[in-house]
Amino acid sequence: MNINATLIGELIAFIVFVWFCMKYVWPPLNGAIEERQKKIEDGLAASDQAEKDLQLARDKATAQLKEAKSQAAEIIEQAKKRATQVVDEETQRGHEERENIIAQGHSEIEAERNRVKEDLRKQVASLAIIGAEKIIEREINEAAHSDIVEKLVAEL
Amino acid sequence: MAAEEQTLQGYIKHHLTNGQVALTDDPTNTFMVLNVDTLAWSIGLGLIFLWIFKGAANKATLGVPGKWQCLIEMVVEFVDQNVKDTFHGKSRLIAPLALTIFVWVFLMNLMDLIPVDFLPWIAGQVGVASGAVESSHDIYMKVVPTTDLNLTAALALGVFALIIFYSIRVKGVMGFVKELTLNPFSAKNPVLQALLIPINFVMEAITLIARPISLSLRLFGNLYAGELIFILIAAIGLFQLPLHFVWAVFHILVIVLQAFIFMMLTIVYLSLASTDH
Repeated sequence: MNINATLIGELIAFIVFVWFCMKYVWPPLNGAIEERQKKIEDGLAASDQAEKDLQLARDKATAQLKEAKSQAAEIIEQAKKRATQVVDEETQRGHEERENIIAQGHSEIEAERNRVKEDLRKQVASLAIIGAEKIIEREINEAAHSDIVEKLVAEL
Repeated sequence: MAAEEQTLQGYIKHHLTNGQVALTDDPTNTFMVLNVDTLAWSIGLGLIFLWIFKGAANKATLGVPGKWQCLIEMVVEFVDQNVKDTFHGKSRLIAPLALTIFVWVFLMNLMDLIPVDFLPWIAGQVGVASGAVESSHDIYMKVVPTTDLNLTAALALGVFALIIFYSIRVKGVMGFVKELTLNPFSAKNPVLQALLIPINFVMEAITLIARPISLSLRLFGNLYAGELIFILIAAIGLFQLPLHFVWAVFHILVIVLQAFIFMMLTIVYLSLASTDH
């Protein structure tokens, strides 16, 4: 238990150990720890950033999808409108054409009828004149009574 | 086994005696004696500490560390944290010093948990077998270096030298002398001041010298008492095992705590020494 030369030996050992630790043990160990801490910190920050970016991209994609959907809906709506319009127009045109054709037919029929009427009238007139000629041949000439015949024809 | 060891006192005395080698032929010269067991165990454990931590330092990478690596780095970070919390200057020495003290003292204290008779018995058998001694009783060995006052005093003296070194480096020689002589009492009157200087000096000197003494005696006293109780438990015979276990479990606390206290006080003292007030 007495203090003796061991004290000096231990003091030297202590100094050597501390010196060795300071020179060769502490700097690489602590350096590695601090460097790793920094690396982990950077990694965490990067992962946070990536997560943020991902969220941003997701939001953007969602917005774009929404826009595309609304655009598609608009286009479909327009197409439908256009289709209705075309059908309406075509129907209208068809109606008009039918009316035209019918009207034309009517007028053709009318013209034909008039023509036939005229023919008939003329034939009746000529028949009447022929009849009248036959009757009157014996008493008057055609020229003297043509105005009466004309009047008759107009009345037909 | 020699007859002397059969008595309780002989047994205890045997366990508390260092294996010594005299450096001179003069038997009255008690200073020039080496405690070989203390030196061997402490230096061996110090080398183990440096070997373990140097190995970890060599293997330290930026990648994922292994479990052993993590354990070593945990100790390093723990010490580093304590140093950063307490010591506010910049120093390349304090942290490695604290690490060395903490782990080295811890390893030396840890020897206390090895059953008290185990290593001395092996040493005795080896001594007898090699023909160096006639009886195993002639081999003396204390395996816990921190139960030797020489070792704890050496550590405390190293710390004391650093305290003075830091005081002078930060405050200058005059600053250090002023700190020793002008506190805690000071007066405007120069005559009164001159009278107060010796009083101040005595008080401050006691404060300063009490630090290494308390450091060394605290560690020595705790471990010596612990060791003594282990020896007493080992001496009671058949019922020693449960008692031994209980005391060992309790002693685990003491071992870590004393290593931690020694480290912490070292940091605190050096921090005080390097602050200018």
